[in-house]
Amino acid sequence: MAERSFAEEVKKLRLGAGEEFSGEGILAITKALLQCGVGYVGGYQGAPISHLMDVLADAQDILGELGVHFEASASEATATAMLAASVHYPIRGAATFKSTVGTNVASDALANLASGGVTGGALIICGEDYGEGSSIMQERSHAFAMKSQVWLLDPRPNLPSIVKAVEDGFELSEASNTPVIMEVRIRCCHVHGQFIAKDNKRPAMTVADALSAPRRDTGRIVLPPASFLHEKEKVEKRWPAAVDFIRRNKINEFFGAENGSVGIVMQGGMYNAVIRALQRIGLADNFGDTQIPLYVLNAVYPLVDDEFLDFCEGKDAVLVVEEGQPNYIEQAFAAMLHKAGRDTKLVGKEFLPMAGEYTGQVMLDGLGAFLRAEAPHMLPAAVRAPNKAGNGHEIPDLSRVVPGRPPGFCTGCPERPIFAATKLVEQELGKHHIASDIGCHLFSIMPPFELGATTMGYGLGPASASAFNSPDAKKRSISFVGDGGFWHNGLTSSIGNAVFNRNDGVIVVVDNFYSAATGGQDILSSRATNRSKSTKHPITEAVKGMGVKWVRHIDRTYDVSKMQATLREALTTEEKGPKVIVASSECMLNRQRRERPLLDKAIKGGETVVKPRFGVDEDICTGDHACMRLSGCPSLSVKSLDDPLRDDPVAHIDQSCVGCGNCGEVADAAVLCPSFYRADTVHNPGGWDRLLDRIRRKAIGLLQRFRESRRLTFADA
Amino acid sequence: MPEPVIILPEGTHEPADGEIIKLALLAVGGQGGGVLGDWIVDAAERSGYLAQSTSVAGVAQRTGATIYYIEMCRDTGRRPVFALSPAQGDVDILVAAELMEAGRAIMRGFVTPDRTTLIASSHRIAAVSEKIEPGDGRASSPKVLAAAEAASKRFVTFDMERIAVQAGSVISASLLGALAGSGALPFPRESYEAAIGAGGRGVKQSLAAFAGAYERAGGEASVPPHGSGPGGLPDQGKAHLTPSSATAADSASSTEMSAPPVLRTPLPGPSPRKDGEKGAVVAPAASSASLKVSETRDTASLSPSLRGEDGGSQVRGGANPTEFGVSGPASQLAGWKTLTARISALPEPVRDMAARGLKKVVDYQDLAYGGEYLDRLARAVALDSPTHNYALSVAAAKHLANAMCYDDMIRVADLKTRSTRAARVRREVGVRDENVLRVTEYFHPRIEEFCGTMPAGLGRYIEARPKFSAWLDRRINRGRHVRTDGFAGFATLWIIGGLRRWRRKLLRHAVETEHLERWYALALDHVATDYALAVEILECRRLIKGYSDTHARAQSKFERVLSGLDLVKGRTDAADWIRRLREAALKDEKGDMLDGALKTVASLGQ
Repeated sequence: MAERSFAEEVKKLRLGAGEEFSGEGILAITKALLQCGVGYVGGYQGAPISHLMDVLADAQDILGELGVHFEASASEATATAMLAASVHYPIRGAATFKSTVGTNVASDALANLASGGVTGGALIICGEDYGEGSSIMQERSHAFAMKSQVWLLDPRPNLPSIVKAVEDGFELSEASNTPVIMEVRIRCCHVHGQFIAKDNKRPAMTVADALSAPRRDTGRIVLPPASFLHEKEKVEKRWPAAVDFIRRNKINEFFGAENGSVGIVMQGGMYNAVIRALQRIGLADNFGDTQIPLYVLNAVYPLVDDEFLDFCEGKDAVLVVEEGQPNYIEQAFAAMLHKAGRDTKLVGKEFLPMAGEYTGQVMLDGLGAFLRAEAPHMLPAAVRAPNKAGNGHEIPDLSRVVPGRPPGFCTGCPERPIFAATKLVEQELGKHHIASDIGCHLFSIMPPFELGATTMGYGLGPASASAFNSPDAKKRSISFVGDGGFWHNGLTSSIGNAVFNRNDGVIVVVDNFYSAATGGQDILSSRATNRSKSTKHPITEAVKGMGVKWVRHIDRTYDVSKMQATLREALTTEEKGPKVIVASSECMLNRQRRERPLLDKAIKGGETVVKPRFGVDEDICTGDHACMRLSGCPSLSVKSLDDPLRDDPVAHIDQSCVGCGNCGEVADAAVLCPSFYRADTVHNPGGWDRLLDRIRRKAIGLLQRFRESRRLTFADA
Repeated sequence: MPEPVIILPEGTHEPADGEIIKLALLAVGGQGGGVLGDWIVDAAERSGYLAQSTSVAGVAQRTGATIYYIEMCRDTGRRPVFALSPAQGDVDILVAAELMEAGRAIMRGFVTPDRTTLIASSHRIAAVSEKIEPGDGRASSPKVLAAAEAASKRFVTFDMERIAVQAGSVISASLLGALAGSGALPFPRESYEAAIGAGGRGVKQSLAAFAGAYERAGGEASVPPHGSGPGGLPDQGKAHLTPSSATAADSASSTEMSAPPVLRTPLPGPSPRKDGEKGAVVAPAASSASLKVSETRDTASLSPSLRGEDGGSQVRGGANPTEFGVSGPASQLAGWKTLTARISALPEPVRDMAARGLKKVVDYQDLAYGGEYLDRLARAVALDSPTHNYALSVAAAKHLANAMCYDDMIRVADLKTRSTRAARVRREVGVRDENVLRVTEYFHPRIEEFCGTMPAGLGRYIEARPKFSAWLDRRINRGRHVRTDGFAGFATLWIIGGLRRWRRKLLRHAVETEHLERWYALALDHVATDYALAVEILECRRLIKGYSDTHARAQSKFERVLSGLDLVKGRTDAADWIRRLREAALKDEKGDMLDGALKTVASLGQ
């Protein structure tokens, strides 16, 4: 079950020719796939393309009607390997994942796929996780296209353009027998817009058809001598075919004035930002009409030499707007001009930064600098000759005031107590080398926990601690891996490796029943019943199957004391070999989404329901905030008291508390303070409960009145 | 990177009809920024506008700063090229769902005086870094409010979270109301309401929150959908409160400012405005005398960087402390009267704090303990003089009370078994009468707490025998979850709370009293030579807090700060150094900053 239900969105996938589709960019891509007669789709979830996977997962009925096979792949490598179905059969296939992390994982399959080439169109949709909002290393997908010689589309960031790019992508792939990557940036994936839909198409050949009429061609298999021929075929046949297709179908676009002394070449994805900068300088209107000639590369690889050289004809200078580094496109264009003996000046990274996102300000500065240097006559007078910098207003510097707000664990997150326990164990046994992985649990590196030294890739947490295995060591390493990473790659690369190499470290598998960080998709060990997937495969069984002897399962991570004791045992036991702790509790976000409507319904229906919540006795809390240094929960915060005797704010738990129990357990395990209380509200209590409650409250009231009648009582105490 | 060479023309920018309106929304994950974005787009489309929204929000985590961006343009039949991200100096409307996010928007250059209408909720959601400091690590709201005023063309701020909660809704609804009410967008109210209605869930509550914020923000949304551009609306019918004219209570809850950039004036002195949460608890009945005293205390004796700048804690209210609603047996009431009479005899500036302190210690122990408190306080008052506005006595009144009310098991048990506490828990949790409430308390007693609750002689006897102590500890030292809604659990705590009458004979009391006397004498010994230093020594009591290990760590910090005394004694800035050491000690858990500061102090003499 994904974090959102896409029932509404799925309806949009049924839109027919001439109807208007209105929605998010990645959903438009999903619809475009069906319009193109795709035969199968696979992928691995991850921002910014998670919703594409979620929608497809919720659209089983439509896919079934069309004969489209959908697969939630085990990894990006699996998804790309799946495209092998298009090698011999004229079936269109698509795979999607986030890039460049997914492309890294996929690159083995991608290289093999690219070598043999494809018959049916093979399209890889990469959610380019670059710039603001990104959670990964900042690299380009461009290099993958270049190294494997697959074509790379980078459409303008609006719905009609990306939908057209999907169509173009399949055709280009088929015309050149080459897989095609389409890259869409974060904001483009999440942009809301419209396009006019076409009818969905049944694939000309379905995977079922293919299975009943198998084909093979040794010449497409990557093994000598075919592999040597593949390389030649790439440059002699497929490349020219692709260039020809791009030129003939006008994949790249020209805007602005026909002629001019300067021009701008850009990746398609940069188009809107370039237009905005020109608008602000006064050289373009709302609709993008401009006096500057623009050459927009919706296909950024391969480049079309004569198209570019024609564009440069008669121009003194051309600016290349290419986000990220190295500046492959700029280098390629420079080589073209040089070899053609042209004297048009080519600039790019002189005016725009080599690294980092091309934000509005960066683009304004870069384009402005370019135009000032190469075409000052085009600039409006006011822009050309400003008399002073800044706008004359003094705005106070807030950099030392505003606190950073990095993402962290959600309210009630079951991973919080795992790291609270780890922190407590470290207070006991000293600091350890801790290797982290990819997933929500990586937030352990942030305050208040500040645990974890490295993160080396999905499922590679324990693998990244594998060097720390020495007979002379006095301490063991601790490594974390999430359930998502565990099934993605961790079972073999991390657990299997540790068993085989007799690693003596401690491995904690953080099991929250979902691939949670990517939106709560089901995985093998999910506890939910999934209509189309096989779930409920315990991680502990898998670990034992790999040969791990020391395995402990904690089925309620909120038991901080038990978590602490188990970690302590793992770190100190005499037993050799990997020590694996599987810590399981359901992702609170998904649990609340699942349970809350049911509970509300039960309460309305008169059933007995217990709702937990935590609170703090503010007169007992001394305002040291030790509890927060072991929590960081959004619902546990500080509050000023209306009491001049007290200097520091005290702890306070707000209405958003879900009663996970971490506060009480931590206060107990860390011997903090008795300020916390847990308040369970019993809705619709039974008759016996009500009676017992009345008796208890009466008796308690007697004791209270006895004491309070013998002492001074202050009204506001 | 070249220097920026494009400097756009100056002057007030108003998007003309047909121009693109740019709106950025900064929120904390989980606040419903996506929903708000959808509503705005919907309202725009209902008003004959084309709109595009986008975000960088990841999918899962519900924390962390997030940003949404919307561009809108009147539909003329041709689709404009909308940008996908906000640019510095190019945002017409900035909506911030939390005050520090408004600050972040200003830092990022999304709020500029020539064009930006800033609509920000004044409430705070503390970031992790603010919460984990052992002292008060919260960022300064007044600083952000002042910057917002300087940076924006128009600034609309009030506590939109409170309006939402009161309406049973979430902040996205009240933010939309504030946006609509501000008239910054040329859409009629009906468009927004229709957008909310189309959402389908919690519509009634959302509309109520919307309406509350709409009224507050001015209630003058544009009527003609294609009328004048954003920000160009008449301001008729709006109340304009300037910071200097606003009363504390008013400005705490609502501030609406509209000043042309050329006429912008800086905030006069420390802003009287405070964040909304505090505003809610300031009692209007606060006597001017008590307010005056607390101001004096703030400016004279407290470190400005930790307290003075935080407007939120400057004004403290509450009923006149000598008139607490007190009840009890007649004989004790008479005793209380005698004690309060002694308060009246104190110098005027000391009375408020002394009365509060007295109440605290009597509530903690008994009337005799109140007498002891006043006796101790009298020692400070005797050495004090009006020259320093009795800063020493005020500090003594405050910290003596805290020191005498040390946090022991008896106090915790007493507080947890009072009828007022039970009522408060029911109120906070929102339990209705037909529901049953179960309350679990978390205790983890150790041998230290056990011995502390023994008669002094016996406690010391056990402590002197490590093997026996350890044996006992193994039996005592574990987590105990006590159900105080059950009779057995309640009675256990009630009995422990009843040990109060023997408290003076117990080991913990002996230890605490000895510690108190040492500290108090140390402070008073310095009055003659360095008055300010004596006050600072008293203030160091603030460091002592927490239970068990936390308490031990606090004690250690307290000792370490005072260990600096010998190093700075005799210097003219000795008090200042002790204050700095104390502030450093409140910055982190282990006292790393304090150790650094101590090294600096040690180097002073060399």
